[in-house]
Amino acid sequence: MTESKTAGAPESKPASKSKYDYTNGPMPLEINLSWCKACNLCIALCPKQVFEPDRDGKPVQVRPDDCTQCTICWVHCPDFAITSNYK
Amino acid sequence: MATVTKQKSDVVLDYLRPGKKFPSVWCPGCGNGIVMGALIRAIDKLGWDRDNIAMVSGIGCSSRLPIYLDVHTLHSTHGRALPFATGIKFAKPGMKVIVVTGDGDALAIGGNHFIHACRRNIDITAILINNNIYGMTGGQGSPTTPAEKISTTTPFGNVEKQFDPCQLAIGAGASYVARTTVYHTPHMEKMLLAALEHKGFSLVEAVSNCHTYFGRLNRQGDAVAMLNLFKENSVMKGKASKMTDEELKGKWVLGTLHEHEATEFCDEYQKLVDAQMSKRG
Repeated sequence: MTESKTAGAPESKPASKSKYDYTNGPMPLEINLSWCKACNLCIALCPKQVFEPDRDGKPVQVRPDDCTQCTICWVHCPDFAITSNYK
Repeated sequence: MATVTKQKSDVVLDYLRPGKKFPSVWCPGCGNGIVMGALIRAIDKLGWDRDNIAMVSGIGCSSRLPIYLDVHTLHSTHGRALPFATGIKFAKPGMKVIVVTGDGDALAIGGNHFIHACRRNIDITAILINNNIYGMTGGQGSPTTPAEKISTTTPFGNVEKQFDPCQLAIGAGASYVARTTVYHTPHMEKMLLAALEHKGFSLVEAVSNCHTYFGRLNRQGDAVAMLNLFKENSVMKGKASKMTDEELKGKWVLGTLHEHEATEFCDEYQKLVDAQMSKRG
């Protein structure tokens, strides 16, 4: 667990939000942008708002530390463009 | 960290046919891809030999699904996926036969074949991807287009009543019938797993989204909006049993709707052959 995220935040949300530590490893998810059709499903369905759309509407992991590996994004990806590096 | 470890989410990629062009032909956000992913994960969980699986499909958007899979596949004529599958199963009873059809393919053009496959209770798993419209040919009304909904052939609202594929299959004698939606993907995986394991004719209706035609004509929005619609308008079977018909109007009842033990067609036929052969000595 890193202290980086909780530095300025109050005690409302403890650092134990995710059991995965992404600081030394790869990003939580691997996105194959050439297969992605920018359908927006992963961005909309992610409960932690990990993604933001880029200029083409394809997902970018802007809040990777929030990812809990809940599998919702890659299970709902109709084009198999998302795979997880951890699950 | 440099070593590439196999993750659970990579399973789907293993089953894709090499040399196939990706991304798929489907519209962005189409539920067919979600069903395909769930089906692959269910097959992988069962650990079936890929050389022992035959996937048959007819014509339609959903029927493009098997061509992306690295198993035995047969892309047959419109509505006749079930007869082709019956032939495969009958000739090779050891083979696992999976049929992927759409609502128009199975219930309109192949309606007759559908009820007779149910009646025979042959060991086939049929996955009916129901998007309430003919997507590939331009948004014509299908047998499952709900009343008052708009399609290109019913521009002022559909006056016909819709088919309930699950009730039809139960009535025709299918021994396993389940319904699920593309929003409830883990549930779909579970239903598909149970259907694939079931001995006898099993039907899984996967309620899917056609936001390109159905969603646009009926002002239901894009893929995300339609998936949220499935979330709001579906009820699990247990909860539905406590609800009145009035409350259930326009809702999808999800779960295993019907299951019974029945004699399987190929087994019965083999018994008949054995009996006749022993009689002749």
